[in-house]
Formats: sequence, C-alpha cells, structure tokens
Amino acid sequence: MSIDRRKFLKLAGLAGVGLGISTPDLLFKGSAAASSGHSKAMAKERLALVIDIRKFKTEEDYKRVIDACHSIHNVPTLIAEKNDPKNEVKWIWKDSYEHTFPDQQDEFHPEAIKEKGFLLLCNHCDNPPCVRVCPTKATFKREDGIVMQDPHRCIGCRFCMAGCPYGSRSFNYVDPKDYIEKTDPAYPRRTMGVVEKCTLCVERLAKGLGPACAEVSNGGIVFGNLSDPNSEVRKLLASNYAIRRKPSLGTLPSVFYIMGGEENAG
Amino acid sequence: MYNGGKIIAGLIIFFALVTFPFYSNFGKTAAKVTPKLDTPVINQLEKKECVKSKDYMKAEHMKVLDEWRDEVVREGKRGKMIVGGLEIEKSLQNGCLKCHSNVKTFCDVCHTSAGVKPYCWDCHFIKEEGQI
Repeated sequence: MSIDRRKFLKLAGLAGVGLGISTPDLLFKGSAAASSGHSKAMAKERLALVIDIRKFKTEEDYKRVIDACHSIHNVPTLIAEKNDPKNEVKWIWKDSYEHTFPDQQDEFHPEAIKEKGFLLLCNHCDNPPCVRVCPTKATFKREDGIVMQDPHRCIGCRFCMAGCPYGSRSFNYVDPKDYIEKTDPAYPRRTMGVVEKCTLCVERLAKGLGPACAEVSNGGIVFGNLSDPNSEVRKLLASNYAIRRKPSLGTLPSVFYIMGGEENAG
Repeated sequence: MYNGGKIIAGLIIFFALVTFPFYSNFGKTAAKVTPKLDTPVINQLEKKECVKSKDYMKAEHMKVLDEWRDEVVREGKRGKMIVGGLEIEKSLQNGCLKCHSNVKTFCDVCHTSAGVKPYCWDCHFIKEEGQI
C-alpha cells in the first residue's frame, strides 16, 4: 500500500501534536530551564551587600573602600590615567546618580541624592547574564550566590562584558603587571587578555573574614546572607527603603542601595 | 641521471645537516639538573616531605596544580594541609612557594633544561622581585 503526500503530512502533523501532549516536558520545560540559570526557590545561601549611601559623606569615604579592594587584589589602577580610558580596570568604583540608576531617576528626588556619588561593583546577580553568555564557563555562579571568574579558563572573548548591564567587568588590554603600584604577594595578578571583576573576596570569605570593602567602610557596606531572615542585611532591608540597579532587566542583583532622604544624604 | 654528481653531493650535505643533532650528541649524557631544596623554610621542616612523594611530584606536579586550581577556584574547596609540620594552603603562591621560595634554582632549572615555558608566572609570581 502506498501513501500519498497529503496522507503523510496529516499523519506527521498528528504525530507532532501527540508528542507535544504526551511529553510536554520534552518540548517546553527543557528550553525554559536552559534559558534561565536561576530557580525561583530561594537558595540556602545568597551572599549580598547592602550599601548605605548615608554613610558615605566625604571623598575619603569612597577612596578608602576603593583603595582597600584594589590594593589587596592587585588591580592595576594606573592604566586609565596613562593610556586610554578603555584600558581602565576596576573592581569597585564611584559614579554619578544618572549613571547608577538610569531608569529610576526622578526630577523631584532630593537634590542631595542627585549630587551624590555611588559605589559600584559586580552585583553578583541571582540571574547573571555574564554566566549565560560565557562560552567556556570561565564565569560561573557558586552555590553561595557569588558570581565567580576563573581566569585560567577565560579566552578573552568579552561576551560577558557585552552581557553585563552594569559595566562591572574590565578587560586587560595591556599587560597589567607594570601598572600595579604595590603588588600583594598573597594574591595573583592577571595577565593580558583576560576579563576580571569583583569576586566578593572569596579568598577572604574562605578564611572567615568579610569582604574588604565592607571591613573598611565604617558600616557603609554591610555584608550578609539574604536567605537568612535574621541576617544583618535582611534586617537592614526590612527597616530601610533600598533599591537595586536596573531592576527592569530581571538580573536580580545582590547589591542594594539604601537611599535615605535630604537630611541624611549630605 | 643528469647532474648526478651535484644531486648526490647535495643529498649527502642535506643528510649530514639533518642528522647533525643526532651524531653530535651521540654518546653524551645530558647535563643533569638538580633542583635545589636548600631554602630556610625547608631546612627548618620537622620532616622533609612534600604533599606527595618525591617521584610523583617530579613527574606529575603539574597535575597536582591543575587539580588544586579546579578545586579552589571552581569548587571553593580550600582545604589546608600539614606538610612536614607546616600548615600550607592549596595554592601555588601561598602553598608551594612558601617552601620552594627559590624559584630560579628550583622551578626554572628544570623548566629551562626541558624547554618548557609554563605561564603560571604571568599571574602567580613576581619574577623580577625574586622571591615571595
């Protein structure tokens, strides 16, 4: 018995529908899981920082934090000054209100907040776009929520820099070794051709210390576990109005900013 | 054969040149390089030992480093070890080089002799400054 074209197409269509009904997981669930790296359920541990901008009053407050981080991680701070701004390598830095919260600005926000500088760093997103785009899995999310970078595996493609909406990643366009003011022998430096960023001080956390920025911030940066309702960060977030950067992108940052009002922001 | 003499003479010269490394080194033994273990930390160790046996480390130290790297960077397993009474970290910079602080006379002698150029030092050691 031969089968004509019309019958074949009908049968094929029916088979396709049947497959979709009997095993919807096969068609839909897999692709959904593959497209988003994070799950809705709260992880046991999700490390976060709460930055209280009311505690940052003078230029010195910012500089102390930035210097503490960059000096222990051998971040080449001179590159931006000596060459092209694109060569700048930064783990934590200061930027304006407009650049920090481009989609949350308001004409009627307190002037003091509009004029303020904000400390920016890797947001250690719960749904990190940099991890999704990395072709070698050099960037990955640890179980405790830290978005970590393995420079050994980085091929320097810079997809992660394109993926990160916060500009938290820097590429070593030049060999950084000549631009490190004082090399800390306890921490490696990076080589030309790799991307680097804040690691939330994994090497210090392993020793039971907190991140260096939080340590020197005089309470301006608080570190803790978002999954623990009794942690200091959760208490701060429950009692203060805090915002995250670019929430509409759905990256779910783990860095929060307590804004405060006119009386505090000066 | 046209120009036979020239061809044969050319071939002889060609083979003489190609095989030069073989007959010039024939019968000679390569200069033996011995990594120096004479550092202040090693001299003070209670027991002269490394994380694995000497023979294993000689042949497979790069594998040990590779495993440590994956465990520490990717899995966050930074277990500490007691080696010869000294506590060391699973780390090239903060582990190996604590004892083997003489990179030039320990690491480099063999690497140079074997003609390998590991790029560990691009990030993990400040060669110009000599020691960590």
